[in-house]
Amino acid sequence: MSSFPRPIATTRSATGISTGKLAVWWLIASEIVIFGGVLGSYVMHRIGHPEWASQAEHTNTWAGALNTFILLTSSLMAVLAHQAAEHKDGKKAAKFLYLTILGGLMFLTVKSIEWTNEIHHGFTLTSHTFWSFYYTAAGIHGVHVIVGLIIMAIIASDAKKGIDLQRVEAVGLYWHFVDIVWIFLFPLLYIAK
Amino acid sequence: MSSTATPEASGHSHDDGHGHDGHAHGHAEQNFFLKYFWSTDHKIIGFQYLFTGMFMALIGGFAVYAFRMQIAFPGMSVPGYGRVTATDYNALVTTHGSVMIFWVAMPVLIAALGNYLIPLMIGADDMVFPRLNRLSYQLFLLSIVVLIASFFVQGGAFGGAWTSYPPLSAKPEYNLTPLGAPMWLVAVALEFAAFLLGGINFVTTLMNSRAPGMKMFDVPIVIWMIVIASILFMASVGPLVAGAIMLLFDQTVGTGFFDPKKGGDPVLWQHLFWFFGHPEVYVVLLPAMGIVAEVITTFSRKKLFAYKTVIYTAVGTGALSFFVWAHHQFIAGIDPRMANIFSVTTLLISIPVAEMVFVYIATLFGGSIRLTTPMLWALAFIGEFLLGGVTGIFLGSSGADIYFHDTYFVIAHFHYTFFPIAFIAVFAAVTYWFPKMFGKYMNEAWGKVHFWGTIIPFNFIFIPLFLLGARGDHRRIYDYTHFPDLMKPGMQDLRVLATLSLVVLLAFQVVFLVNYFYSAFKGPKAEANPWKANTLEWQAPSPPPHGNFPEGLPTVYRGPYEYSHPDRQDDHWPQNSPS
Repeated sequence: MSSFPRPIATTRSATGISTGKLAVWWLIASEIVIFGGVLGSYVMHRIGHPEWASQAEHTNTWAGALNTFILLTSSLMAVLAHQAAEHKDGKKAAKFLYLTILGGLMFLTVKSIEWTNEIHHGFTLTSHTFWSFYYTAAGIHGVHVIVGLIIMAIIASDAKKGIDLQRVEAVGLYWHFVDIVWIFLFPLLYIAK
Repeated sequence: MSSTATPEASGHSHDDGHGHDGHAHGHAEQNFFLKYFWSTDHKIIGFQYLFTGMFMALIGGFAVYAFRMQIAFPGMSVPGYGRVTATDYNALVTTHGSVMIFWVAMPVLIAALGNYLIPLMIGADDMVFPRLNRLSYQLFLLSIVVLIASFFVQGGAFGGAWTSYPPLSAKPEYNLTPLGAPMWLVAVALEFAAFLLGGINFVTTLMNSRAPGMKMFDVPIVIWMIVIASILFMASVGPLVAGAIMLLFDQTVGTGFFDPKKGGDPVLWQHLFWFFGHPEVYVVLLPAMGIVAEVITTFSRKKLFAYKTVIYTAVGTGALSFFVWAHHQFIAGIDPRMANIFSVTTLLISIPVAEMVFVYIATLFGGSIRLTTPMLWALAFIGEFLLGGVTGIFLGSSGADIYFHDTYFVIAHFHYTFFPIAFIAVFAAVTYWFPKMFGKYMNEAWGKVHFWGTIIPFNFIFIPLFLLGARGDHRRIYDYTHFPDLMKPGMQDLRVLATLSLVVLLAFQVVFLVNYFYSAFKGPKAEANPWKANTLEWQAPSPPPHGNFPEGLPTVYRGPYEYSHPDRQDDHWPQNSPS
């Protein structure tokens, strides 16, 4: 890490909320409208095209359910990491962050097996607009998962040395958001048949 | 977002009041490249945005020159460009629109002024995330590289208009720019990413890093406006980011999100685009309104009339702006009942905007007005923007819009709003803060020459376009000689008048550029507070060093507009002056 000197501005807190956490909240606010755009468009199309149900029935609800379980469990690990960070236990926080990362990796593994299977059965990005939405919405979500994993790995390696423990909470917030997006994607893409 | 070093370890104190931080950053001994291209100083990043925006304005200005010459003198070889083909014409129109909005108005009004002014005016030493700030500019620069590269690829630059409606934008066989179209989209998406990062930085900085003693209602109007605009941008751009990904898939891999044959819907793009596009008008309007508030209070030597009203109306405008977008789709086949609702919301939004104008007029009333160059620009903004607002009533009414849609009336209307925002208000800002930015004065006489040389031709460009539009002149025609109905007596004369006025306007910008750059180097030296203004940036040296306030970060005791206070000898009362 570089020894970038923080300006006084960064250390001020007129709201009482730490600057990093405040920024993550604003990041989440801007992400909500991005996912809102995709999901809003998708829901309008589903309402307008009841016949898309015949495509939707080919999604693998069990794989989706398994992934929901994995992601929720990883969010629990993120909470435990935050709790450890609150107690200034950097090593423990790092351990729970690595478990969160493990959850994210399992999620991506299930997802890739599932997608490979679907593509083999001919359900590709361009085969039908239902599948276009399916891959686009879950794909944007997947990119957020990958980015979250990278950031968490960086924060965990710092936290292990007891550095910048306040970031554990910030990345946890982001991870819960990624989790919540999936909570919307799962019923809309898998359960609504 | 920051480093391993704790504030103590890097020589900072948590205590803001001690004032030993002005030179603590150790940036003094850097080489030219690190200082001007790799800086994390908010002022340098502000300059980067400002000069990049100025450069892009030259591109946008050149594009409009080329295609207006084609309209006035069809088929001529345009000096400096050559023959404008139909494909060129479409690309030039698209380039002009997208460059002026995304790469001139946004970076100059929001990013340049926001970066330069927010930390100075709230009494901080920098943005809260200086490196995120640098990254945001670098992404922005990358977006420009992609955009400019798209001018030179096979098929040329994208020609589907800045609104990029499918199916024209979605299918290479329609737009004939298989590379230009996706590159345009990628450039716009990169630019959005840059401004999202910047916006988070702006909002967080204002919320958390105000000087001790500065309450939210002590914050100058221009800062309020930039931050409200940043929030509006963040809240409105999301659906378009989603739409851009969908359109990119339609263009490149052949999905059918906007293709009715595949169950998609082309009007969906129009909704996603204008859900962003209409709030975007207010994203750029609000900072312009903020600039005007600063300039007219300083040069009327009078307290801003109804400070809180301005903030409430700005918030009201922002909220309402999310419910007006479908007035762009009155003829796109939307339900007429929905058109009625959107007519009402569109007309409603004129109320808070008019309120701001009334506040400014009330501020001027009874003030001791000083007609400096920035003041002239600010006054011109109020008058010219008013014309833009009033003509919007015609277009917001769905019945009238059916006739006016896609005519030059629309073009004239939104240039009467947009030119005052992106140029008139920006010239007010650039001339007002010039002594702070460079520690020099600009030449007043040449400043006024430039002012009149811009304002007069501006009206001679767009009043003819109003007249043409009212007579049914369609806006997307390359060569009017093919349309006898649009070549009725006098119509071509109006087009020629508009084009010649444009050439005059562009020529007068040379006066500005020379005055600006000459004064920046050779102008007479300006003191720290030449206008005797109250806000904190004027209490720092001119130009402010890295860290902004070498004598210690200020503490704030009062609001920003205490001019001509009855109990005081002096007609101004700086925010940081204890008594």
